[in-house]
This record gives sequence, structure tokens and C-alpha cells, in this order.
Amino acid sequence: MFHYVLRRLMIAVPSLLGISLLLFTVLAMAPGDPFSELVSNPNIPPEVALSLREKFGLDDPLMVRYWNWLVAMVQGDWGYSFISRINVDTLILDRIPVTLLVIGSSQLLALCIAIPVGVYAATRPYSLFDQIASTLAFIGFSLPTFFTGILLILFFSIHLDWLPFVYRADIPETGWRFLWEHFKQMIMPVAVLGLFQAGAWTRYVRSAVLDVIRLDYVTTARSKGLSEKVVITKHVLRNAMIPVVTLVALQMPAIFGGAIVTEQIFRVPGIGSLIISSMLANDTPVVMAVTFVFSALVIACNLIADILYGWLDPRISFA
Amino acid sequence: MSPGREAWRRFKRHRLAVVCAFILGFIILAVLLGPWIWRVPINEIDFTARMQGPSWAHPLGTDDLGQDLLARMLYGGRISLAVGLAAMVIAITVGVVVGAVAGMSKGPVDVFLMWLTDLFLSLPQLPLLLLIFYLFNDTLKKWVGTEMGVFILVVVVIGGLRWMPVARLVRAQFLSLREKEFVEAARALGASPWRQVTVHILPNAMGPVIVAATIDVAAAIIAESTLSFLGLGFPPDIPTWGRILFDAKDHMDIAPHWALFPGLLIFITVLTINYIGDGLRDAYDPRRVL
Repeated sequence: MFHYVLRRLMIAVPSLLGISLLLFTVLAMAPGDPFSELVSNPNIPPEVALSLREKFGLDDPLMVRYWNWLVAMVQGDWGYSFISRINVDTLILDRIPVTLLVIGSSQLLALCIAIPVGVYAATRPYSLFDQIASTLAFIGFSLPTFFTGILLILFFSIHLDWLPFVYRADIPETGWRFLWEHFKQMIMPVAVLGLFQAGAWTRYVRSAVLDVIRLDYVTTARSKGLSEKVVITKHVLRNAMIPVVTLVALQMPAIFGGAIVTEQIFRVPGIGSLIISSMLANDTPVVMAVTFVFSALVIACNLIADILYGWLDPRISFA
Repeated sequence: MSPGREAWRRFKRHRLAVVCAFILGFIILAVLLGPWIWRVPINEIDFTARMQGPSWAHPLGTDDLGQDLLARMLYGGRISLAVGLAAMVIAITVGVVVGAVAGMSKGPVDVFLMWLTDLFLSLPQLPLLLLIFYLFNDTLKKWVGTEMGVFILVVVVIGGLRWMPVARLVRAQFLSLREKEFVEAARALGASPWRQVTVHILPNAMGPVIVAATIDVAAAIIAESTLSFLGLGFPPDIPTWGRILFDAKDHMDIAPHWALFPGLLIFITVLTINYIGDGLRDAYDPRRVL
């Protein structure tokens, strides 16, 4: 198992480097220039502008610039935001916990819905429960997240006035009130993301369990006299989860996209809304850094999925 | 019976998918022919009719400038559907080419292409879409004009980030079909690899690809709507469905119909496409007895 994890780590690092190279190349190919303002400013003589460019290495070949950028990133120097006037890494570190909290809770919610419903629907295929669950799952992942968010706001915040729809990071309460207020404002964003994912995952879980439940070893387990519950949880589930884990890992990039939309709707101060506001304000260092952070998160999630995959299926880690 | 006819026969037995195919066909027809029948202009500003609910004069209501929503949604539907279809074509083309090349060649080419596919799969789609949009929008605007530039950008990026599952599917199909007897027979009769691929292997590999294509259209429509909803994407005067939602989301307490109709329409379009895809998957699945 340890060797498997090590091998997976060794693959993840080149992937991260490859993605960073891709992002940097995209940025380098883009027109526009951090110093374009200086060039058009009549107060600055052209020699000064030129020497500034040379000092910051803007005219060096691509690979040299990439190398410098990479070294700087690794050392923790992520640049300086044009708009917010603080270091980019401070800005990102401020906002990442919120995003991770919302995404993590929504994934947990999705799993808690999808696995029981999917397993139950698979053990009673084509029954009423199964058909209702499948239809709801279809509806769940056909509803775009921005529409569900809007509907929830319309219903719970405007009509019923139960839940706040603007996320506040500075709730003035303490203790249990603080947790309760925090929880209330997190319900809708987490529900929007979670229900969307739950729809897709319920279908995956159902089809994976359906594939496994017909196999011979399950019949053997039943004929040994084990209760149905034990058969399902100990034998079927662990093997059915293997393809589900792969599919969940493949969906990680999409989940971050959904988080961006949700943060915009509910004004959650996470890195998703940071990327949107930086783009609208032309704040390039922040845009680059946040995109890189997203890619790193995706690779980290893929790594976790690979490790889970290796744990669930011993054949993989011994290969 | 050819695989296409057989699949069509099985598809017809999936009643829900056929109903959804009719609904989708109706939406497509409405969007294509609607503007000829409902001739209210999309940008006729009328401040006396601001944010009215559905009425006979304006069947879907009006927005805050008094513009008729039905006309705007019919116009925007054309763009959303066009983006969906074009992005799907790009994704399928690139995916089939990459998958076919990887599937037919053994060794380093295959390994490299699969590593490239995995790399692209790790890219977060929406942030990258936003990034490329942010960087290249102005240049394209100067070259081909605003609307066409945005259209090309959106279609290329959305399609360019969805070819990976198709490539994997095609490669898996190729790897299994390549060893079958009928291909071996063709090889023995002297068929060139090109002929083997185009005449023998590819037509039999298209089943899962068609299913993936329908899912891609749905995903592309959602991606384009998301982009418009975030305020990026097409210019503000072009009423794509996502853009109408973007404008409507701040006025939901006084004019809920403004947000509900485009949202519902996106939902119904995507839902029907998903059901059709599901029906197609069942129709092409050799293991199910239908």
C-alpha cells in the first residue's frame, strides 16, 4: 500500500507541473501586459519603461519566465494583487477555508443521500421507490446549480424568510448562537451543490450495486446464512464503491465549477467569487494564482481518490 | 439490420425517451421558427410595461426595460442551442480522432495520448473557461467582431475541455474491436489501416460515442448558461438564457417570472436531452434485452 501511495504521489507531481506549465503558457500567449499602463503614461520616459520590463524579466524567453515563476511560487511568493493591494497568498488563504467548508459539506451531504438511496433502489430494482428515486436523480442533475440556487433563495429567503441569503463572515454572535447562525447561512449553498451531485451519484451507485449484486459471491454469502444487511454492507458495498470512487474523482473539476457559481449567487466569500471579481477587475496575479489553486485541489482530490481506490480494491495496490 | 436501425427500433420502445425527443424537437422548432411567427422585436423598450407578469400581449411577461420575454427567449434559444451543438461537434471530433489514433497504435503514442487525456481531465473546466475568456476576449473581438468572437471562444473552450471522455470511450472500443475476427479478415484481405478504421471499426464503435454526444450537448448548454449567468460570455444585449437569468436574479422579489421562465426552459431542455441520452444508452447496450 505504501509503495502504491508513493507511486501515485510521483505521478501527481508531474501532472501538477504540467498543468502549471499549461496555465502559464496560456497566460503568456494572452495579449495585454502588466505594464501597458506605464507605456501609455506620458510622464514615464520610454527608457524607464523598458528597463522596468527588463528588471522584471518580461522579455525573457517563455521557459525562463516559467522557471522564475515556478521557483517563486514554490517559495511562497505568489505575487501582489493589483486591486486589493495585499499579497495574493494572504488573500487566498483568507478565503480558502470557506470554500473548502462549503464544498466539503456539500460532498458529504451528497454522499449521505446517494449511497443509501442508490443501494436501496438497487436492491429493489424497478420498484416504485426505484422509479421515483431515478426520476428525482435525473431532475437533480438536469437542474443547473444557478437555477436551484435562485429557486431556493426565492422560496426560503423571500417567501418564507427563514434563511439569510447573503453569507456573512462576521457574525457578531458567540457560542451556540454563532454556530446556529453560521449553520443557517450555510444550508442553502451546501444544499444546492449537494443535491446536484446527489442526483448524479445516486445513479452511479445504483448501477454499480446492480452490477455487483448479481455476482456469485453475493449468492454464496447469502446462502451462508448472513443477514441481508451484512451481505450488503460487508460484501456488496465495498466492491460496488470502486467504480463510484473513480467516477466521483473524475467529477472533481466540475464540482469546483459548481462551487464558483454557488459562491456568486449566495455571495459566499470564497475563492470562487474571488476569481470572478478579479476577472471583472482585471487583476491578473490573483486570477493566475486562483486557477492554479483550483488545479492543485483537483489533483489532490484525484490523489485521494486513487488512494481510496487502492484501499478498496487490493488488486490495484499489489499490481 | 444495421446497428443504426436496430438501435432505433430499441430506442422507440423506451417511451419516456421518445416523449422527451418530441419535447426537444418542439423546443428546437420553436426556437428556429418562433421569431418568424411571434414578431415582437427583442429590444423594443417600453417603460409602461416594465416587469409585468404573463399577459396576452406578452405571454411570458416583460423585463425591467419592458422588452418582451418570449421574443428574447426565442432568440436566445437559438444561440444556446447553437453553442451546444457546435461544442458537441468539436468535442466529438477531437475525441474520436485522439481515441482512434491511441486505439490503433500501440506503444509510446498510446501512452502519450493517454497521459495528455489524463492531464486535460485534471483541468478544472469552469475556472479555465473563465481564464481563457478573460484573456482572449478582446483579441477575438478585434478580429471577428464581438458576437462571433465570443461564440468561437465559448464553443472552442467548452468543446476543447469535453473531448477526454469521448477519447477514452473510443480508445476502449477500438482496443476491443481491433482483435475481432471481422477486422482480422479485412486485414487479411489487404485492407489498409485507414480502411479498416473507417469502414469496419469506426461504425461499430459509434454507439457509446452517440450517447456521449447527447450528454455533451446538455453539458455545453449548461456551461454556456453558467458563463452568461456569471456576467461573462456574450455581450449584455444578447439575450441568451443564462444572461436573462443574470439580469433577473436581482429582481426576484418583484418579478419572479423573469427568472423562472428561462431557468425552467434550460432545465427542460437539459432534462429532455439527458433522458434521450439515457434511452440511447439503453438502445445501444448489447447486454439489455429490449
